Amino acid sequence: MRAFRYERAGSPQEAAAAAAAQEGAQFIAGGTNLLDLMKLEIETPSHLIDVNGLGLDTIEATAEGGLRIGALVRNTDLAADQRVRRDYGVLSRALVAGASGQLRNKATTGGNLLQRTRCPYFYDTNMACNKRKPGSGCAAQGGYSRQLAVIGGSEACIATHPSDMAIAMRVLDAVVETVNAEGDTRAIPLADFHLLPGDTPHIETVLAPDEFITAVVLPRPLGGQHFYHKVRDRASYAFALVSVAAVIQPDGSGRIALGGVAPKPWRNEAAEAAMPNGARAVISRLLEGATPTEDNEFKVTLAERTLAAVLAEARG
Amino acid sequence: MRFDSPAEQNVSDRMKVLGQPLRRIDGPLKTTGMAPYAYERHGVAKDQLVGYPLGSAIAKGRIVSLDIDEAQASPGVVGIVTSLEMERLPKVDWNVAYLFGGREIQHYHQAIAVVVANSFEEARAAAALIRVEYEEDQDAMYDLAAVRQERLSDDVEPIDDIGDFESAYASAEVTLDATYTTPGQCHAQMEPHATIAQWDGDHLTLWTSNQMIEWSRQALATTFDLPAENFRLDSPYIGGGFGVKLFLRADAVMAALAARKVGRAVKLALPRPMSANNTTHRGLTIQRIRIGATQEGKITAIGHDNSTNTLPGGDGENGARATRRFYAGENRLLINRALEIHLPESNAMRAPGETAGLMALEIAMDEMAEKLGMDPVEFRIINDTQVDPSHPERQFSERHFIECLQRGAEVFNWASRNKAPGSRREGAWLIGHGVAGAYRDAPAETSGARVSVRPDGSIRVETDMTDIGTGSYTIIAQTAAEMMGVSLEVVNVDLGDSRHPVSAGSGGQWGAASSTAGVYAACLALRKKIAERLAVDPEALEFSEGYVRYNDQQTALSELASSGAITAEDNIEFGDFRSEEYQLATFGAHFVEVAVHASTGEIGVRRMLAVCDAGRILNPMTARSQVIGAMTMGVGAALMEELAVDTRHGFFVNHDLAGYEVPVHADIPKQEVIFLEGEDPYSTPLKAKGVGELGICGVSAAVANAIYNATGARVRDYPITLDKFLDRLPEID
Repeated sequence: MRAFRYERAGSPQEAAAAAAAQEGAQFIAGGTNLLDLMKLEIETPSHLIDVNGLGLDTIEATAEGGLRIGALVRNTDLAADQRVRRDYGVLSRALVAGASGQLRNKATTGGNLLQRTRCPYFYDTNMACNKRKPGSGCAAQGGYSRQLAVIGGSEACIATHPSDMAIAMRVLDAVVETVNAEGDTRAIPLADFHLLPGDTPHIETVLAPDEFITAVVLPRPLGGQHFYHKVRDRASYAFALVSVAAVIQPDGSGRIALGGVAPKPWRNEAAEAAMPNGARAVISRLLEGATPTEDNEFKVTLAERTLAAVLAEARG
Repeated sequence: MRFDSPAEQNVSDRMKVLGQPLRRIDGPLKTTGMAPYAYERHGVAKDQLVGYPLGSAIAKGRIVSLDIDEAQASPGVVGIVTSLEMERLPKVDWNVAYLFGGREIQHYHQAIAVVVANSFEEARAAAALIRVEYEEDQDAMYDLAAVRQERLSDDVEPIDDIGDFESAYASAEVTLDATYTTPGQCHAQMEPHATIAQWDGDHLTLWTSNQMIEWSRQALATTFDLPAENFRLDSPYIGGGFGVKLFLRADAVMAALAARKVGRAVKLALPRPMSANNTTHRGLTIQRIRIGATQEGKITAIGHDNSTNTLPGGDGENGARATRRFYAGENRLLINRALEIHLPESNAMRAPGETAGLMALEIAMDEMAEKLGMDPVEFRIINDTQVDPSHPERQFSERHFIECLQRGAEVFNWASRNKAPGSRREGAWLIGHGVAGAYRDAPAETSGARVSVRPDGSIRVETDMTDIGTGSYTIIAQTAAEMMGVSLEVVNVDLGDSRHPVSAGSGGQWGAASSTAGVYAACLALRKKIAERLAVDPEALEFSEGYVRYNDQQTALSELASSGAITAEDNIEFGDFRSEEYQLATFGAHFVEVAVHASTGEIGVRRMLAVCDAGRILNPMTARSQVIGAMTMGVGAALMEELAVDTRHGFFVNHDLAGYEVPVHADIPKQEVIFLEGEDPYSTPLKAKGVGELGICGVSAAVANAIYNATGARVRDYPITLDKFLDRLPEID
């Protein structure tokens, strides 16, 4: 870990301003990911802005009938919130499928969206990684890629986004709210929030360096049955091979997003039109153009079969 | 004392304290955090500095240059030791890879430098500033399958070549020829390797975490070219070993080198991401098994050809090991090909050889039973042997494998199992049942102890035996309590210190049986000393309730020792009869029920039962803990554990506990363990054998067989992750 300066921000805008003022600054909230990465010198911020004192830890009803989730609401609290459990079951289930109890107690809503990939080559500083060190290459290409992306990746990077929470939020059409150093706010649909790697896998979101997440807004509840089926190699405390977040309506229509397969929550509204035709039809549209490796081509079949399991469960 | 003939009736047979399911005497210390592990021993040496290691970034080649200027100037840095400062340090034969020194790189994350600083954070930050240039060898081989393919035609001296395997196999009525693979596995012990080192002149003390104190003392003598007497190791608490702490390792060598350089005590732990590639692993195997049998299920030919990875000088994971002795069959051809490739050091991990071997053999037995149309329990019973098939003149001292199978089948209700693969369904889940046999040798090694009666009437036991989480403290205390006729509470056990008599140490499943026999010997010596003091025939003495009773008189032990502790020391040596005339081993049977999701292939283990035949059980509670822990490890090996090899760069990619998955609580169902009543007088005076390694043998195959039974999809490539059979599950809608 490199030495760094540390400050506590007094308000969201101050936090953003501090980030603008200091090159190499990063926000720290729960620190469940950033601290690990700093210890391994994968992240080397010269300045940390602690945002834990900013409040932003409540979940409030919106005028539109949805919920505004403060950026610092801990994953445990979000998963346990009665309104979330009742109206947004997919989100509650996704949250408790992630990490461990201890980590969820620390991890925040905003931080969860900004998790870095768990690609093993990203984690080993002896290996080439364009995400960690732009231009150095990608050791995962041709390497051990069982966990990595089958779609949305590029020559430069085939990392996956590890969040469970974000997959559910994508299904719910969540919107990320931010503020910048000037006090300007904006609302970014989660669909547009994460970027595909292209030639710049180190740039993972549309956030400007001085932009700070203040909340995530959920639109009014969708009704229907909510599922989060996460398939992994052990029963808990493991990242998804494939996860399916789904909201299925009584008429068989519904929404679906996939985790574990792409650099961002993977959803395609057009594919959802095929829902009445079954899992295979949906996944063939959703994963059209997938370029899996030999290690992870099973994920395409697994996605089909996991969605099939969800649809079967929805039918009862 | 020498153990030259089978044990007869003796004091240990009282079984008032021995044989009882007693809680660990060190349990409260551990659950309250009061048992200090090596890295936490802040009080043992003053002014401790902290070392942080640097591992090689390449797998094979040499260091061209190593620039420490920036690191040296980093805040808090007191000194740096690099491998270029010295020739490659000598090693003992136990270690396969060299631990430190010189330019040559033998494996990824080989230790090449250690930074010493005032704090951990400063040392770690400075280590990241060392700049190293390497020259990589282009001819390195990292792919076991490819090397095996090239070298399959090599002439290898078989382990066993008995009868005429090829003809017997060719003419057998029913045959199986299948190849199985097991991956490299990581010990993944909770406590990383850690050492505090302090020199006093040319004498070195190491507070460390090590299973085999005397082996490591001898290894230090070789490495530092000083007499063994100059070294003291102290390792009272060990947070798991599983074989990865059998030998001197780089943590101890680096701490010692660093402490010598800076002239102060230095503590150092191997960071978790360095552990997998810097230390040892269970070697990878590719095992071809051929079995020939009669229509009636009698095995006539058995062939086991194992290939495994090793660095020069090692044996790898000898998968054919258990096959030597497990099942009958007149014609046998067993081979171990230890192929030199340039991955890190493969070496002992819990039941080395047997674990990986039985992962394969016990699937093969299941496949064979199916070909024969037999119940796999029955097929194993038919092929039981009471003599060592490798040396038929030798009998098994005690072998109750059939009883393990029968008892297990009864308790598990094997008769109600799913009999046709893929045919039992509960909702979305396919249900299957599997069985496997377990075999593990029961070695014993020379072991010593010192026992005292102290003025307060307490008993103190001192031995360099270690407790790696197994329960050594407790069974040693039980032995002393039984022998000296006192309650467990007044026995005080001090372990893991090289100043104590040399014990067998913890390894190879010999620790429990050997160390308690050593304590038995020392207690007999102490009883004799007391008898001499009382001028009574030792046979006439009875020790109970803290008193010595003889000729209608009694004296409290505290009174006997009122003017000073009475101390005796002895060790037990095992005579050749134990190995020349008999084969000593432990046996077991594992029964498993799994549910496999018919759509996604997710696997849940629902029930597990182990029936163990391991002689007298010294403490059913700690023994059970050993077996359920081993069963858990067996589930890990079956379902998820794999050190993923990058065959381009020659290293294990998933080198931390996020990437290398071991079971979590939610993976483990109800586990039942049954120990058959029995004792093995050929083993030790206490008639006991080990169970810690038996427990893992066969477990994974029982899981594998249950998955096959549930799905009808046979997977011969561990771990059995869902991607390996997903396309063979029932069609989805």
